[in-house]
Amino acid sequence: MDLILTGIVEAFRLLVTLDDEILRVTLLSLQISGSATLVSLVLGVSSGTAIALSEFPGKRLVVSAINTGMGLPPVVVGLFVTIFIWRNGPFGFLGMLYTPSAMVLAQAIIATPIVTGISFAAIQHLPDKLRLQILSLGATRAQMVWMLMREARLPILAAVMAGFGGVISEIGASIMVGGNIKGYTRVLTTATVMETSRGNFDVAIALSIILLMLTFTINYILTSIQQRGGR
Amino acid sequence: MKRGGKTALTVNGLLVEVGGTVILNVPRLALAPGEVLAIIGPNGAGKTTLLTSVLGIQRYKSKGIVTRGDLAFPGTPPHIYRRGFSMVFQDSLLFNASVFDNVASGLRIRGVGRWEVKKRVDEQLERFGIAALGERRALSLSGGEAQRVSLARAMATSPEVLLLDEPFASLDTPTRESILDDLERALSGSGTAVMLVTHDRVETLRLADRVLVLEKGKILQEGETIDVLRRPASEFVASFAGTETVLAGRVARSGGGIVVVAASGLEVEAAGEANKGQRVALCIRPENIVLASAGRTKTSARNTYQGRVERLMPMAHYYKAVIDCGFPLVAYVTQQSMDEMGLREGLRVHASFKATSVHLIKKEH
Repeated sequence: MDLILTGIVEAFRLLVTLDDEILRVTLLSLQISGSATLVSLVLGVSSGTAIALSEFPGKRLVVSAINTGMGLPPVVVGLFVTIFIWRNGPFGFLGMLYTPSAMVLAQAIIATPIVTGISFAAIQHLPDKLRLQILSLGATRAQMVWMLMREARLPILAAVMAGFGGVISEIGASIMVGGNIKGYTRVLTTATVMETSRGNFDVAIALSIILLMLTFTINYILTSIQQRGGR
Repeated sequence: MKRGGKTALTVNGLLVEVGGTVILNVPRLALAPGEVLAIIGPNGAGKTTLLTSVLGIQRYKSKGIVTRGDLAFPGTPPHIYRRGFSMVFQDSLLFNASVFDNVASGLRIRGVGRWEVKKRVDEQLERFGIAALGERRALSLSGGEAQRVSLARAMATSPEVLLLDEPFASLDTPTRESILDDLERALSGSGTAVMLVTHDRVETLRLADRVLVLEKGKILQEGETIDVLRRPASEFVASFAGTETVLAGRVARSGGGIVVVAASGLEVEAAGEANKGQRVALCIRPENIVLASAGRTKTSARNTYQGRVERLMPMAHYYKAVIDCGFPLVAYVTQQSMDEMGLREGLRVHASFKATSVHLIKKEH
């Protein structure tokens, strides 16, 4: 019990005094997961919308694949990204292994199907005749797509939040492709694992509290948006 | 509302197919500026497909040319061609934005400047009685208010052709009446031609200059509203026009401008000419039937039948009586006549109507 209490007290001290290492780890986490989410936003929203608005043979197969991808185990993604960027792998010449770029890549692969899947559902959920209504107002195809996305903005925002929430808290892929290098690829999750294994519970608890606060903030924003949209 | 001269819209050789089956075949159709054309027909007749085809949205394989003003489709970039149209559906299909932004959407799509947008939106909000709702979220409006916003949005772009796909169908009668008033005012003098898909006789009579009847994708009848409703070419139009009694029969004999039709084991006389043996449908409007107590049979009408009052149903301003005289005959009776005759269910009565009150529809087969 003492261990936990001391841990929590020490954790708050580290947080209040803005410990350099903890700050660096937090910022890097935000940077990497933020970039990955941005990539997944561009890829996911556009492909989700495109799939929802077009008819093609095998569409059901594609949608099923995306839905499967929404639950992609990060460890599996980490494994495949590692294999591809391994020194002797097909993209080994890029020298990406154990870099923040590799982590962004892996996290983007995890988040993109989540954003795609939710965006697809959001656009498909709009009334069928809304497309006709927008076209009848004289919209070009691009204007129509933009207006549909705007109509689906709340669920699309939820998709982005879900994607970010998924990658900021994952560890499997980050540790495999990033390698947890201090000051370079060490993020909240990988640092927590390391500190715990070393018995530095105070630091681990401080890192966990930050992670929890970040996740809570995301969910709070998400809930507020949904509540506002529901009114 | 009609104006002569130019046409607002011309349809030539429109043919729409789904899986090899023709679902719409409109060889020619023209609409003058300011003219209101009602499109009626049973479900699945192709009414909505006609509107979307005219709008240049080809969801199915289609042929034919539609011309709006000087622009032909196919042949003009779709959005340019469509910018002379507006469409309102049964669902108001508003955007999740303020009422003002909704009404402004068509203008903003066209890149109209901010001040001009404000001027034209305010004008429409005023016209449709929703000026006080400008800042409200559109999705929080009642059905009637939402449909007003939808109409204001459609009229804000001053369309040459307004397409209405049963826009009043889900509204209660007082709301519909009041929106119809506003729409009539908005249309008058605007030069906007209208294609109105409707299932409502009152709407048709109030708004339409002409009626087009579609059945199984084909034009069954087209003409001035009153002509079509008075001389329906099909049982569907007859019932749409308010004919409550439609009887199937065969011509027994004909001559001297009178056709005698055998229907339900009785003979019914109708004005007109037809060949013996021809299959026909007889349409009798309820207001043309005269009821009398069983003892008083003096009448000049050629068709007089004895029957029993099967049902009496109160309507808004009269009663609807179903008389069983070998076939069910529907008549309208005023409260005063009811009282004078002591009309009640089960009472024996005489029902009579003139031969000229029977409209004859000749069937093809």
